[in-house]
Amino acid sequence: MNKKILYIILFVLLIWNAAIYAQQRFPKPDFESGYNYPEYQLTDPRNPAWEYIDVVVLIVVLALTTRFTLKTRSRKSILLISLFSLIYFGFFRVGCICSIGAIQNIALALFNDGYTLPLSVLLFFLIPILFTLAYGRQFCAGACPLGAIQELTGFYSVKLPRTAEVILSTVPYIYLALSILFAATNSHFIICKYDPFVGIFRLNGPATIMIFGILLLISGVFINRPYCRFLCPYGVILNWVSRFSNKHLTITPTTCINCRLCENSCPYNAIIPSDILQEKESMIKSRKKFILYLILLPAITLGGIFFTQMFSNDLAMVNQKVRLANELRMERENGIKAISIDAVTFKESGVTLDQLFAEEKVILTRTRKGAPWVGGFLGLSLGIALLLTTIKKRRDEYKPDQGSCYSCGRCFEYCPMHTEKY
Amino acid sequence: MSGKNKYQNRRDFVKSVGKLAVALPIGYLAWELVPKTTAGEFVWQIDPYSCTQCGQCETNCVQTVSAVKCMHAYEMCGYCDLCSGYLRMGVKELNTGAELQLCPTSAITRSFVENPYFEYTIDENLCNGCGKCVKGCADFGNGSLYLQIIHELCVNCNQCSIAQSCPADAIQRIPATKPYILKEGYKTDES
Repeated sequence: MNKKILYIILFVLLIWNAAIYAQQRFPKPDFESGYNYPEYQLTDPRNPAWEYIDVVVLIVVLALTTRFTLKTRSRKSILLISLFSLIYFGFFRVGCICSIGAIQNIALALFNDGYTLPLSVLLFFLIPILFTLAYGRQFCAGACPLGAIQELTGFYSVKLPRTAEVILSTVPYIYLALSILFAATNSHFIICKYDPFVGIFRLNGPATIMIFGILLLISGVFINRPYCRFLCPYGVILNWVSRFSNKHLTITPTTCINCRLCENSCPYNAIIPSDILQEKESMIKSRKKFILYLILLPAITLGGIFFTQMFSNDLAMVNQKVRLANELRMERENGIKAISIDAVTFKESGVTLDQLFAEEKVILTRTRKGAPWVGGFLGLSLGIALLLTTIKKRRDEYKPDQGSCYSCGRCFEYCPMHTEKY
Repeated sequence: MSGKNKYQNRRDFVKSVGKLAVALPIGYLAWELVPKTTAGEFVWQIDPYSCTQCGQCETNCVQTVSAVKCMHAYEMCGYCDLCSGYLRMGVKELNTGAELQLCPTSAITRSFVENPYFEYTIDENLCNGCGKCVKGCADFGNGSLYLQIIHELCVNCNQCSIAQSCPADAIQRIPATKPYILKEGYKTDES
């Protein structure tokens, strides 16, 4: 009986105060027994100095990889350094921040004034690019934990048909363009969300991503480096920078004797064969093709622009706010009750619908502005790729394709030419 | 043979133009972004004053037991016998919905302090960050229970996946020098 009254009083008290948030509903007790409030032991985050240690480690690893690929030409050393990167950047530092994900932070900082970029993230983005400009894709060879885990598990290599390779390698361009668009509009970090290996590095993660990562690793045993070749958006940037690199890995340490031994050594189709034995395509034919593609180039670019513009509203749906606004608009217009957790929270928050729609409009306009750039970039890349197929240089030696070569050093041992070590 | 033929010259020219075309945007990026950078680091943290205890923290963290845990601001607690964040075991009547209030991992323990006060302590090793007790405390109590990201457990993802789905946008990046947003008093009335 006594208890019931207590409950009733309590209930009345609760109703009384239910609307006022964060108010002391129950008084602070007066302790007579000399009770002291317990102390909380708060754990500090990792010391920020670690971020700069990481940057130093990155530079050292890149410098060593450069030495191993260009100077000592030792595949074994390259594997060792990538094993170190896998352990350090992968398992010890559990994946974040990585240069691939940094693309999004850069895009976010470029297009949003409210975002402050940690200096270490900018360095992680720029340093591998600078190394690539000087020496080729050393980052992919030795420093990238995602590259390392795939390189170390790529035991057999099955060569993909050239056509499949070309078609699949357009995916990273789309991935790059979309990730920049979504990061710039502050909608989503898709590179991080769908990073297949970060779960493996953490030995923990959402089941779908873990399964995706493991499947990718298994397929990587045969089709080596599937993420690098057919997904990695940072690889697109490095690919283009590497084409103009100052120095680059060479297959032979001396001069190529066209023995063709290395021809099938590269699992990434990154060796451009010499063409001294092939018949030359007639000049007129290739010139005609060149002119045709040159005319097509603006057409493809414009096509891309129109195409993505058409879908800009759908692209904006990646943004949580836009989805929420859509749901609430449906509720208002069609009477379909908005029951998602976002909608429920929104209704409780006291923000008016007009405010939300205004915010949605800002995001929509930004996406509409950004989407044509995505299409334009994709169209232009496709056009340039077509154009480049018509330019045929005479080659009297086997050379790595500077864009797609990961400087992994697999081809070294195939070359019969050796220099004496002094 | 000292001279290069015209094709080699042209190739060299194309290469240097390309190098410039690549180097210039990189230089521009650095020039544009350096003023926006800061040497300090950021960590993710929940603002307990905008948290709505929706329960996403429990399920959306990349850590399988979430890095979000319940903390207790003892100085705000009423030390009541009847706590809406804590369901006593073994009470005579368990009414409808009682199980929804129960801490699913029995991470809350209570100990008697003095009549009529009880101390509620959260065992962080058991807490899964579901926020059920926090909701009870915020709705019917003093709001002394609240959720925080424990930095020892948080791997500080580039993009916090709970922040991505938080309906109240309560998870923000804050400077690593002050990594917690502690509830020490009332934001509205006092302080």
